[in-house]
Amino acid sequence: MKHLLSTHDLALHDALRLLDTAEEMAAVGEREIKKLPALRGRTVVNLFYEDSTRTRISFEAAAKRLSADVINFAAKGSSVSKGESLKDTAQTLEAMSADAVVIRHPASGAPARLAASGWIDAAVLNAGDGTHEHPTQALLDAFTLRRHWAKVAGTGSPGSDLTGMRVLIVGDILHSRVARSNVWLLKTLGAEVTLVGPPTLLPVGVDTWPCTVRYNLDEALADRPDAVMMLRLQAERMNAAFFPSTREYSRRWGFDDARLAALDTLGLGDTVIMHPGPMNRGLEISAAAADSVRSTVLAQVRNGVSVRMAALYLLLAGGTHDDPAAPTVRENPALSPTKEPAV
Amino acid sequence: MTVPAPHAGAAPRVVLAEADIDRALTRIAHEILEANKGSADLVLLGIPRRGYPLAQRLARRIGAVDPSVDPRAITGQLDVTLYRDDLQRNPTRPPRATQLPPTGIDEKVVVLVDDVLYSGRTIRAALDALADLGRPRIVRLAVLVDRGHRELPIRADHVGKNLPTSSAERVRVHLEEIDTAAGRPVNEVVIEGGA
Repeated sequence: MKHLLSTHDLALHDALRLLDTAEEMAAVGEREIKKLPALRGRTVVNLFYEDSTRTRISFEAAAKRLSADVINFAAKGSSVSKGESLKDTAQTLEAMSADAVVIRHPASGAPARLAASGWIDAAVLNAGDGTHEHPTQALLDAFTLRRHWAKVAGTGSPGSDLTGMRVLIVGDILHSRVARSNVWLLKTLGAEVTLVGPPTLLPVGVDTWPCTVRYNLDEALADRPDAVMMLRLQAERMNAAFFPSTREYSRRWGFDDARLAALDTLGLGDTVIMHPGPMNRGLEISAAAADSVRSTVLAQVRNGVSVRMAALYLLLAGGTHDDPAAPTVRENPALSPTKEPAV
Repeated sequence: MTVPAPHAGAAPRVVLAEADIDRALTRIAHEILEANKGSADLVLLGIPRRGYPLAQRLARRIGAVDPSVDPRAITGQLDVTLYRDDLQRNPTRPPRATQLPPTGIDEKVVVLVDDVLYSGRTIRAALDALADLGRPRIVRLAVLVDRGHRELPIRADHVGKNLPTSSAERVRVHLEEIDTAAGRPVNEVVIEGGA
Protein backbone atom coordinates (compact mmCIF):
# COMPACT_ATOMS: atom_id res chain seq x y z
CA MET A 1 0.00 0.00 0.00
CA LYS A 2 1.72 3.15 -1.20
CA HIS A 3 -1.19 5.62 -1.19
CA LEU A 4 -4.58 5.86 0.48
CA LEU A 5 -6.82 7.27 -2.24
CA SER A 6 -10.14 5.52 -1.85
CA THR A 7 -11.92 2.79 0.05
CA HIS A 8 -13.25 1.35 -3.21
CA ASP A 9 -9.97 -0.39 -3.96
CA LEU A 10 -9.13 -1.15 -0.33
CA ALA A 11 -9.09 -4.92 0.18
CA LEU A 12 -10.49 -6.47 3.36
CA HIS A 13 -6.99 -7.49 4.41
CA ASP A 14 -5.70 -3.90 4.19
CA ALA A 15 -8.81 -2.45 5.84
CA LEU A 16 -8.49 -4.78 8.83
CA ARG A 17 -4.77 -4.03 9.07
CA LEU A 18 -5.54 -0.31 9.21
CA LEU A 19 -8.26 -0.78 11.83
CA ASP A 20 -6.16 -3.12 13.98
CA THR A 21 -3.21 -0.71 13.85
CA ALA A 22 -5.58 2.12 14.77
CA GLU A 23 -6.59 0.09 17.82
CA GLU A 24 -2.98 0.17 19.08
CA MET A 25 -2.68 3.86 18.18
CA ALA A 26 -5.80 4.55 20.24
CA ALA A 27 -4.04 3.01 23.25
CA VAL A 28 -1.21 5.52 22.76
CA GLY A 29 -3.79 8.33 22.87
CA GLU A 30 -4.80 7.22 26.37
CA ARG A 31 -1.29 7.31 27.85
CA GLU A 32 0.34 10.18 29.62
CA ILE A 33 3.03 10.52 26.93
CA LYS A 34 1.07 10.53 23.68
CA LYS A 35 4.07 10.36 21.42
CA LEU A 36 5.77 7.69 19.35
CA PRO A 37 9.11 7.97 17.55
CA ALA A 38 8.02 5.91 14.53
CA LEU A 39 8.03 8.72 11.91
CA ARG A 40 10.92 10.78 13.26
CA GLY A 41 12.55 12.74 10.47
CA ARG A 42 9.62 12.29 8.05
CA THR A 43 7.78 15.29 6.65
CA VAL A 44 4.01 15.33 6.19
CA VAL A 45 2.44 18.16 4.16
CA ASN A 46 -1.22 19.02 4.68
CA LEU A 47 -2.27 20.41 1.29
CA PHE A 48 -5.77 21.82 1.70
CA TYR A 49 -7.55 23.42 -1.26
CA GLU A 50 -10.86 23.40 0.64
CA ASP A 51 -11.76 24.66 4.08
CA SER A 52 -11.49 22.09 6.81
CA THR A 53 -11.05 22.20 10.53
CA ARG A 54 -11.41 18.76 11.96
CA THR A 55 -9.77 16.75 9.19
CA ARG A 56 -6.75 19.04 9.03
CA ILE A 57 -6.15 19.24 12.78
CA SER A 58 -6.81 15.53 13.06
CA PHE A 59 -4.14 14.75 10.46
CA GLU A 60 -1.84 17.26 12.11
CA ALA A 61 -2.30 15.72 15.55
CA ALA A 62 -1.79 12.24 14.09
CA ALA A 63 1.45 13.19 12.33
CA LYS A 64 2.78 14.98 15.40
CA ARG A 65 2.01 12.06 17.70
CA LEU A 66 4.16 9.93 15.40
CA SER A 67 6.98 12.53 15.62
CA ALA A 68 6.72 13.57 11.95
CA ASP A 69 7.30 17.19 10.93
CA VAL A 70 4.11 18.83 9.69
CA ILE A 71 3.80 21.59 7.12
CA ASN A 72 0.35 23.09 6.68
CA PHE A 73 -0.49 24.49 3.30
CA ALA A 74 -3.85 26.16 2.75
CA ALA A 75 -4.71 27.30 -0.76
CA LYS A 76 -6.00 30.60 0.58
CA GLY A 77 -3.11 32.98 1.07
CA SER A 78 -0.71 30.80 -0.93
CA SER A 79 0.67 30.88 -4.47
CA VAL A 80 -2.41 28.94 -5.55
CA SER A 81 -4.39 32.18 -5.36
CA LYS A 82 -1.79 33.61 -7.75
CA GLY A 83 -2.63 30.84 -10.22
CA GLU A 84 -0.07 28.13 -9.40
CA SER A 85 -1.06 24.76 -10.82
CA LEU A 86 -1.33 21.52 -8.84
CA LYS A 87 1.70 20.24 -10.75
CA ASP A 88 3.91 23.16 -9.75
CA THR A 89 2.76 22.98 -6.15
CA ALA A 90 3.49 19.26 -6.12
CA GLN A 91 6.95 19.74 -7.56
CA THR A 92 7.66 22.42 -4.97
CA LEU A 93 6.70 19.97 -2.23
CA GLU A 94 8.88 17.29 -3.86
CA ALA A 95 11.82 19.67 -3.86
CA MET A 96 11.25 20.18 -0.14
CA SER A 97 11.37 16.36 0.19
CA ALA A 98 7.91 15.75 1.57
CA ASP A 99 7.37 12.10 2.50
CA ALA A 100 3.58 12.27 2.51
CA VAL A 101 1.02 14.66 1.11
CA VAL A 102 -2.40 14.82 2.71
CA ILE A 103 -4.58 16.46 0.09
CA ARG A 104 -8.11 17.87 0.14
CA HIS A 105 -9.28 19.20 -3.18
CA PRO A 106 -12.63 20.35 -4.63
CA ALA A 107 -12.02 18.32 -7.80
CA SER A 108 -12.80 14.60 -7.68
CA GLY A 109 -9.72 12.64 -8.64
CA ALA A 110 -7.12 15.29 -7.75
CA PRO A 111 -5.36 12.98 -5.22
CA ALA A 112 -5.29 10.12 -7.75
CA ARG A 113 -3.79 12.49 -10.32
CA LEU A 114 -1.13 13.53 -7.81
CA ALA A 115 -0.34 9.91 -6.97
CA ALA A 116 -0.16 8.68 -10.56
CA SER A 117 1.46 11.69 -12.22
CA GLY A 118 5.06 11.10 -11.26
CA TRP A 119 5.30 14.77 -10.17
CA ILE A 120 6.04 13.69 -6.66
CA ASP A 121 7.44 10.62 -4.95
CA ALA A 122 5.59 11.03 -1.67
CA ALA A 123 2.74 8.89 -0.39
CA VAL A 124 -0.60 10.55 -1.11
CA LEU A 125 -3.46 10.44 1.38
CA ASN A 126 -6.86 11.56 0.18
CA ALA A 127 -8.48 13.84 2.77
CA GLY A 128 -11.57 14.40 0.63
CA ASP A 129 -11.78 15.06 -3.09
CA GLY A 130 -14.88 16.68 -4.57
CA THR A 131 -17.83 14.29 -4.41
CA HIS A 132 -15.58 11.25 -4.84
CA GLU A 133 -14.17 9.84 -1.59
CA HIS A 134 -13.01 10.62 1.93
CA PRO A 135 -11.36 7.35 2.94
CA THR A 136 -10.03 8.27 6.39
CA GLN A 137 -13.51 9.45 7.43
CA ALA A 138 -14.96 6.09 6.37
CA LEU A 139 -12.17 4.29 8.23
CA LEU A 140 -12.84 6.22 11.42
CA ASP A 141 -16.57 5.54 11.05
CA ALA A 142 -15.83 1.85 10.53
CA PHE A 143 -13.49 1.90 13.54
CA THR A 144 -16.22 3.49 15.69
CA LEU A 145 -18.82 1.01 14.41
CA ARG A 146 -16.49 -1.94 14.94
CA ARG A 147 -15.79 -1.00 18.56
CA HIS A 148 -19.53 -0.64 19.16
CA TRP A 149 -20.33 -3.91 17.37
CA ALA A 150 -17.67 -5.76 19.37
CA LYS A 151 -18.97 -4.25 22.62
CA VAL A 152 -22.53 -5.36 21.81
CA ALA A 153 -21.25 -8.85 20.98
CA GLY A 154 -19.09 -8.86 24.13
CA THR A 155 -15.87 -9.59 22.22
CA GLY A 156 -12.71 -7.66 21.49
CA SER A 157 -12.61 -5.53 18.36
CA PRO A 158 -9.08 -6.32 17.02
CA GLY A 159 -9.34 -8.61 14.02
CA SER A 160 -13.14 -8.48 13.87
CA ASP A 161 -15.25 -7.13 11.03
CA LEU A 162 -18.82 -5.79 10.75
CA THR A 163 -20.54 -8.95 9.53
CA GLY A 164 -24.29 -8.68 10.04
CA MET A 165 -24.31 -5.04 11.13
CA ARG A 166 -27.09 -2.94 9.56
CA VAL A 167 -26.17 0.69 8.91
CA LEU A 168 -28.41 3.49 7.63
CA ILE A 169 -26.76 6.43 5.88
CA VAL A 170 -29.24 9.29 5.78
CA GLY A 171 -29.36 12.59 3.92
CA ASP A 172 -27.53 14.23 1.04
CA ILE A 173 -25.94 11.19 -0.62
CA LEU A 174 -25.51 13.08 -3.91
CA HIS A 175 -22.84 15.48 -2.68
CA SER A 176 -21.39 13.25 0.02
CA ARG A 177 -17.94 11.75 -0.42
CA VAL A 178 -18.31 10.43 3.13
CA ALA A 179 -21.32 8.35 2.07
CA ARG A 180 -19.50 6.95 -0.96
CA SER A 181 -16.40 5.95 1.01
CA ASN A 182 -18.58 4.42 3.71
CA VAL A 183 -20.66 2.38 1.26
CA TRP A 184 -17.56 0.73 -0.19
CA LEU A 185 -15.73 0.20 3.10
CA LEU A 186 -18.67 -0.99 5.20
CA LYS A 187 -19.63 -3.42 2.45
CA THR A 188 -16.07 -4.76 2.33
CA LEU A 189 -16.23 -5.24 6.11
CA GLY A 190 -19.47 -7.21 5.80
CA ALA A 191 -22.07 -4.67 6.93
CA GLU A 192 -25.42 -4.15 5.20
CA VAL A 193 -25.76 -0.53 4.12
CA THR A 194 -29.05 1.23 3.39
CA LEU A 195 -29.10 4.75 1.95
CA VAL A 196 -32.04 6.97 2.88
CA GLY A 197 -32.70 10.37 1.36
CA PRO A 198 -34.88 12.39 -1.00
CA PRO A 199 -34.72 11.09 -4.59
CA THR A 200 -33.27 14.43 -5.70
CA LEU A 201 -30.26 13.94 -3.40
CA LEU A 202 -29.40 10.43 -4.61
CA PRO A 203 -26.83 10.18 -7.40
CA VAL A 204 -27.45 8.71 -10.83
CA GLY A 205 -26.29 5.10 -10.87
CA VAL A 206 -26.89 4.49 -7.16
CA ASP A 207 -28.70 1.27 -8.13
CA THR A 208 -25.33 -0.24 -9.08
CA TRP A 209 -23.88 0.40 -5.60
CA PRO A 210 -23.69 -2.52 -3.18
CA CYS A 211 -26.45 -1.18 -0.94
CA THR A 212 -30.20 -0.75 -0.64
CA VAL A 213 -31.93 2.59 -1.27
CA ARG A 214 -35.00 3.84 0.59
CA TYR A 215 -36.82 7.16 0.65
CA ASN A 216 -38.69 7.01 3.96
CA LEU A 217 -36.63 7.40 7.14
CA ASP A 218 -39.35 6.22 9.53
CA GLU A 219 -39.84 2.99 7.60
CA ALA A 220 -36.08 2.45 7.48
CA LEU A 221 -35.84 2.99 11.26
CA ALA A 222 -38.66 0.49 11.82
CA ASP A 223 -36.42 -2.12 10.18
CA ARG A 224 -34.22 -1.95 13.30
CA PRO A 225 -30.83 -0.68 12.10
CA ASP A 226 -27.77 -1.02 14.37
CA ALA A 227 -26.40 2.40 13.45
CA VAL A 228 -27.79 5.56 11.85
CA MET A 229 -25.31 7.86 10.15
CA MET A 230 -26.69 11.34 9.53
CA LEU A 231 -24.95 13.33 6.78
CA ARG A 232 -24.50 17.07 6.82
CA LEU A 233 -26.82 19.04 4.56
CA GLN A 234 -24.19 20.77 2.46
CA ALA A 235 -25.65 24.25 2.12
CA GLU A 236 -22.68 25.38 0.01
CA ARG A 237 -23.60 22.80 -2.63
CA MET A 238 -27.38 23.40 -2.66
CA ASN A 239 -27.30 25.13 -6.02
CA ALA A 240 -30.56 23.63 -7.32
CA ALA A 241 -34.05 23.02 -5.98
CA PHE A 242 -33.33 19.66 -4.34
CA PHE A 243 -36.19 20.02 -1.83
CA PRO A 244 -38.84 22.65 -1.13
CA SER A 245 -37.53 23.96 2.19
CA THR A 246 -35.11 23.08 4.95
CA ARG A 247 -38.09 22.76 7.29
CA GLU A 248 -39.57 20.07 5.10
CA TYR A 249 -36.22 18.33 4.75
CA SER A 250 -35.77 18.38 8.49
CA ARG A 251 -39.25 16.96 9.09
CA ARG A 252 -38.84 14.07 6.65
CA TRP A 253 -35.14 13.21 6.79
CA GLY A 254 -33.81 14.91 9.91
CA PHE A 255 -33.06 12.91 13.06
CA ASP A 256 -35.38 14.83 15.38
CA ASP A 257 -36.54 14.23 18.95
CA ALA A 258 -39.52 12.14 17.81
CA ARG A 259 -37.26 9.73 15.92
CA LEU A 260 -34.91 9.59 18.91
CA ALA A 261 -37.88 8.58 21.06
CA ALA A 262 -38.91 6.07 18.38
CA LEU A 263 -35.63 4.20 18.84
CA ASP A 264 -36.55 3.65 22.50
CA THR A 265 -40.10 2.64 21.59
CA LEU A 266 -38.74 0.09 19.13
CA GLY A 267 -36.50 -1.27 21.90
CA LEU A 268 -33.32 -0.50 19.97
CA GLY A 269 -31.13 0.01 23.02
CA ASP A 270 -27.87 -0.57 21.13
CA THR A 271 -28.48 1.59 18.07
CA VAL A 272 -25.97 4.44 17.77
CA ILE A 273 -26.31 7.78 15.97
CA MET A 274 -23.31 8.97 13.98
CA HIS A 275 -22.46 12.24 12.28
CA PRO A 276 -19.23 13.11 10.47
CA GLY A 277 -19.50 16.75 11.52
CA PRO A 278 -19.78 19.65 11.34
CA MET A 279 -23.40 19.31 12.48
CA ASN A 280 -26.29 21.58 11.52
CA ARG A 281 -28.13 21.24 14.81
CA GLY A 282 -31.90 21.41 14.34
CA LEU A 283 -31.61 20.63 10.64
CA GLU A 284 -30.39 17.10 9.92
CA ILE A 285 -29.94 16.24 13.61
CA SER A 286 -31.65 17.62 16.71
CA ALA A 287 -29.62 18.85 19.65
CA ALA A 288 -31.12 16.13 21.87
CA ALA A 289 -30.03 13.42 19.42
CA ALA A 290 -26.57 14.91 18.97
CA ASP A 291 -26.03 15.06 22.74
CA SER A 292 -27.71 11.75 23.63
CA VAL A 293 -25.83 8.72 24.92
CA ARG A 294 -26.42 7.11 21.52
CA SER A 295 -24.39 9.80 19.78
CA THR A 296 -20.87 8.79 18.75
CA VAL A 297 -19.92 12.22 17.38
CA LEU A 298 -17.10 12.88 19.83
CA ALA A 299 -15.88 9.29 19.74
CA GLN A 300 -15.65 9.67 15.96
CA VAL A 301 -13.42 12.73 16.32
CA ARG A 302 -11.22 10.93 18.85
CA ASN A 303 -11.00 7.82 16.67
CA GLY A 304 -10.12 10.00 13.68
CA VAL A 305 -6.71 10.74 15.16
CA SER A 306 -6.04 7.02 15.81
CA VAL A 307 -7.11 5.98 12.32
CA ARG A 308 -5.00 8.70 10.67
CA MET A 309 -2.01 7.70 12.80
CA ALA A 310 -2.48 4.14 11.54
CA ALA A 311 -2.69 5.29 7.92
CA LEU A 312 0.40 7.49 8.19
CA TYR A 313 2.32 4.79 10.01
CA LEU A 314 1.48 2.01 7.56
CA LEU A 315 2.21 4.20 4.52
CA LEU A 316 5.37 5.88 5.79
CA ALA A 317 7.17 3.85 8.44
CA GLY A 318 8.37 1.00 6.25
CA GLY A 319 11.17 0.87 3.75
CA THR A 320 10.74 1.62 0.07
CA HIS A 321 10.04 -1.96 -0.94
CA ASP A 322 6.43 -2.99 -0.63
CA ASP A 323 5.26 -5.61 1.79
CA PRO A 324 4.59 -8.74 -0.27
CA ALA A 325 2.04 -9.83 2.33
CA ALA A 326 -0.13 -6.81 1.64
CA PRO A 327 -0.70 -6.45 -2.08
CA THR A 328 -2.74 -3.49 -3.18
CA VAL A 329 -5.79 -4.94 -4.83
CA ARG A 330 -7.30 -2.86 -7.59
CA GLU A 331 -10.32 -5.03 -8.18
CA ASN A 332 -12.27 -5.52 -5.02
CA PRO A 333 -14.48 -8.59 -5.38
CA ALA A 334 -16.56 -7.70 -2.32
CA LEU A 335 -17.87 -4.63 -4.09
CA SER A 336 -19.53 -6.14 -7.11
CA PRO A 337 -22.99 -4.61 -7.25
CA THR A 338 -25.72 -6.58 -5.55
CA LYS A 339 -29.02 -7.06 -7.24
CA GLU A 340 -31.19 -5.83 -4.42
CA PRO A 341 -34.06 -3.84 -5.86
CA ALA A 342 -34.22 -0.17 -4.98
CA VAL A 343 -37.42 0.37 -3.00
CA MET B 1 43.96 -31.80 4.90
CA THR B 2 40.39 -31.88 3.61
CA VAL B 3 37.95 -29.22 4.46
CA PRO B 4 34.32 -30.37 4.63
CA ALA B 5 32.25 -28.55 2.02
CA PRO B 6 29.91 -26.03 3.58
CA HIS B 7 26.38 -27.30 3.24
CA ALA B 8 23.93 -24.46 3.14
CA GLY B 9 20.69 -24.92 5.04
CA ALA B 10 21.84 -27.71 7.33
CA ALA B 11 19.03 -29.71 8.91
CA PRO B 12 17.50 -27.94 11.92
CA ARG B 13 18.90 -29.29 15.16
CA VAL B 14 17.14 -29.13 18.47
CA VAL B 15 19.30 -27.45 21.09
CA LEU B 16 16.70 -27.20 23.88
CA ALA B 17 13.90 -29.73 24.23
CA GLU B 18 10.71 -29.20 26.20
CA ALA B 19 12.24 -30.46 29.47
CA ASP B 20 15.28 -28.18 29.00
CA ILE B 21 13.03 -25.14 28.49
CA ASP B 22 11.03 -26.04 31.61
CA ARG B 23 14.18 -26.40 33.72
CA ALA B 24 15.65 -23.16 32.41
CA LEU B 25 12.44 -21.24 33.15
CA THR B 26 12.18 -22.70 36.64
CA ARG B 27 15.76 -21.62 37.35
CA ILE B 28 15.16 -18.12 35.93
CA ALA B 29 12.03 -17.78 38.08
CA HIS B 30 14.08 -18.57 41.19
CA GLU B 31 16.85 -16.21 40.05
CA ILE B 32 14.35 -13.38 39.61
CA LEU B 33 12.99 -13.95 43.12
CA GLU B 34 16.49 -14.14 44.55
CA ALA B 35 17.74 -11.00 42.78
CA ASN B 36 14.62 -9.14 43.94
CA LYS B 37 14.78 -10.61 47.48
CA GLY B 38 11.18 -11.76 47.15
CA SER B 39 8.25 -10.96 44.93
CA ALA B 40 7.59 -7.38 46.04
CA ASP B 41 6.91 -4.89 43.21
CA LEU B 42 7.69 -7.46 40.50
CA VAL B 43 6.24 -6.92 37.01
CA LEU B 44 7.05 -9.26 34.11
CA LEU B 45 6.69 -7.72 30.65
CA GLY B 46 6.95 -10.07 27.68
CA ILE B 47 8.01 -8.75 24.28
CA PRO B 48 5.73 -10.06 21.47
CA ARG B 49 5.39 -12.52 20.21
CA ARG B 50 7.19 -15.26 22.12
CA GLY B 51 8.36 -13.20 25.06
CA TYR B 52 4.78 -12.90 26.30
CA PRO B 53 4.06 -16.64 26.79
CA LEU B 54 7.50 -16.93 28.42
CA ALA B 55 6.58 -14.12 30.83
CA GLN B 56 3.32 -15.91 31.64
CA ARG B 57 5.18 -19.16 32.33
CA LEU B 58 7.70 -17.37 34.57
CA ALA B 59 4.87 -15.66 36.46
CA ARG B 60 3.13 -18.99 37.06
CA ARG B 61 6.38 -20.43 38.46
CA ILE B 62 6.85 -17.39 40.69
CA GLY B 63 3.24 -17.83 41.83
CA ALA B 64 3.96 -21.48 42.64
CA VAL B 65 6.91 -20.48 44.87
CA ASP B 66 5.15 -17.51 46.48
CA PRO B 67 1.37 -18.13 46.78
CA SER B 68 0.76 -14.46 47.63
CA VAL B 69 1.51 -13.62 43.98
CA ASP B 70 -1.32 -13.63 41.41
CA PRO B 71 0.54 -14.52 38.19
CA ARG B 72 -1.92 -12.68 35.98
CA ALA B 73 -1.70 -9.47 38.00
CA ILE B 74 2.07 -9.15 37.50
CA THR B 75 2.27 -10.08 33.80
CA GLY B 76 2.01 -7.77 30.81
CA GLN B 77 2.99 -7.39 27.19
CA LEU B 78 5.21 -4.64 25.83
CA ASP B 79 5.17 -4.04 22.07
CA VAL B 80 8.31 -2.39 20.73
CA THR B 81 7.47 -2.22 17.00
CA LEU B 82 6.93 1.55 17.01
CA TYR B 83 10.27 2.11 18.74
CA ARG B 84 12.49 -0.02 16.50
CA ASP B 85 15.48 1.59 14.79
CA ASP B 86 15.08 -0.56 11.68
CA LEU B 87 11.53 0.50 10.75
CA GLN B 88 12.70 2.19 7.57
CA ARG B 89 14.81 -0.80 6.52
CA ASN B 90 11.96 -3.29 6.55
CA PRO B 91 8.43 -3.50 5.19
CA THR B 92 5.92 -1.93 7.55
CA ARG B 93 4.90 -4.15 10.40
CA PRO B 94 1.62 -3.52 12.19
CA PRO B 95 2.13 -2.96 15.91
CA ARG B 96 0.91 -5.47 18.46
CA ALA B 97 -0.91 -4.75 21.67
CA THR B 98 0.79 -3.32 24.75
CA GLN B 99 -0.94 -4.38 27.96
CA LEU B 100 0.38 -3.33 31.32
CA PRO B 101 -0.71 -4.90 34.60
CA PRO B 102 -3.35 -2.80 36.42
CA THR B 103 -0.72 -1.67 38.94
CA GLY B 104 1.25 0.09 36.19
CA ILE B 105 5.03 0.13 36.11
CA ASP B 106 5.91 3.25 38.10
CA GLU B 107 8.35 2.41 40.93
CA LYS B 108 8.11 -1.30 40.03
CA VAL B 109 10.86 -3.81 39.33
CA VAL B 110 10.23 -4.57 35.68
CA VAL B 111 11.67 -7.75 34.21
CA LEU B 112 11.64 -7.66 30.41
CA VAL B 113 11.24 -11.15 28.97
CA ASP B 114 12.16 -12.18 25.44
CA ASP B 115 12.94 -15.45 23.72
CA VAL B 116 16.27 -14.75 21.99
CA LEU B 117 18.82 -12.04 22.76
CA TYR B 118 20.84 -11.28 19.61
CA SER B 119 21.85 -7.76 18.49
CA GLY B 120 20.24 -6.11 21.53
CA ARG B 121 18.25 -3.72 19.33
CA THR B 122 14.88 -5.09 20.41
CA ILE B 123 15.81 -4.48 24.04
CA ARG B 124 16.97 -0.94 23.26
CA ALA B 125 13.57 -0.31 21.66
CA ALA B 126 11.89 -1.86 24.72
CA LEU B 127 13.77 0.48 27.06
CA ASP B 128 12.58 3.47 25.00
CA ALA B 129 9.01 2.16 25.04
CA LEU B 130 9.17 1.69 28.82
CA ALA B 131 10.32 5.27 29.32
CA ASP B 132 7.17 6.50 27.55
CA LEU B 133 4.94 4.34 29.73
CA GLY B 134 6.29 5.16 33.17
CA ARG B 135 9.33 5.12 35.40
CA PRO B 136 10.21 1.69 36.81
CA ARG B 137 12.53 1.58 39.82
CA ILE B 138 14.65 -1.15 38.24
CA VAL B 139 14.58 -2.79 34.80
CA ARG B 140 16.05 -6.26 34.37
CA LEU B 141 16.23 -8.57 31.38
CA ALA B 142 15.47 -12.29 31.22
CA VAL B 143 15.92 -14.28 28.00
CA LEU B 144 15.54 -17.94 27.16
CA VAL B 145 18.51 -17.94 24.78
CA ASP B 146 21.49 -15.60 24.46
CA ARG B 147 23.08 -16.25 21.08
CA GLY B 148 25.73 -13.52 21.19
CA HIS B 149 26.60 -11.06 18.38
CA ARG B 150 25.59 -7.99 20.40
CA GLU B 151 25.58 -4.66 18.55
CA LEU B 152 24.74 -2.51 21.58
CA PRO B 153 26.01 -2.41 25.18
CA ILE B 154 23.16 -4.51 26.53
CA ARG B 155 23.33 -7.73 28.56
CA ALA B 156 20.80 -10.06 30.11
CA ASP B 157 20.44 -10.50 33.88
CA HIS B 158 18.90 -13.95 33.59
CA VAL B 159 19.75 -16.32 30.73
CA GLY B 160 18.20 -19.73 30.09
CA LYS B 161 21.02 -20.90 27.85
CA ASN B 162 24.06 -19.27 26.31
CA LEU B 163 24.18 -20.53 22.77
CA PRO B 164 27.30 -19.79 20.72
CA THR B 165 26.09 -19.37 17.14
CA SER B 166 27.30 -18.21 13.77
CA SER B 167 25.50 -15.13 12.48
CA ALA B 168 24.51 -17.16 9.40
CA GLU B 169 22.44 -19.44 11.59
CA ARG B 170 18.89 -18.79 12.74
CA VAL B 171 17.71 -19.57 16.23
CA ARG B 172 14.01 -20.39 16.41
CA VAL B 173 12.02 -20.76 19.58
CA HIS B 174 8.78 -22.70 19.33
CA LEU B 175 6.30 -22.44 22.20
CA GLU B 176 3.07 -24.36 22.41
CA GLU B 177 1.05 -21.18 23.09
CA ILE B 178 1.86 -20.00 19.55
CA ASP B 179 3.45 -22.77 17.50
CA THR B 180 2.39 -26.12 16.24
CA ALA B 181 4.29 -28.72 14.25
CA ALA B 182 2.24 -31.19 12.24
CA GLY B 183 -0.84 -30.10 14.16
CA ARG B 184 0.70 -30.69 17.58
CA PRO B 185 1.94 -28.07 20.03
CA VAL B 186 5.72 -27.96 20.33
CA ASN B 187 8.18 -26.57 22.85
CA GLU B 188 11.72 -26.47 21.57
CA VAL B 189 14.63 -24.28 20.52
CA VAL B 190 16.18 -25.16 17.17
CA ILE B 191 19.08 -23.85 15.13
CA GLU B 192 18.58 -23.69 11.38
CA GLY B 193 20.83 -22.91 8.46
CA GLY B 194 24.41 -21.76 8.72
CA ALA B 195 27.49 -23.40 7.29
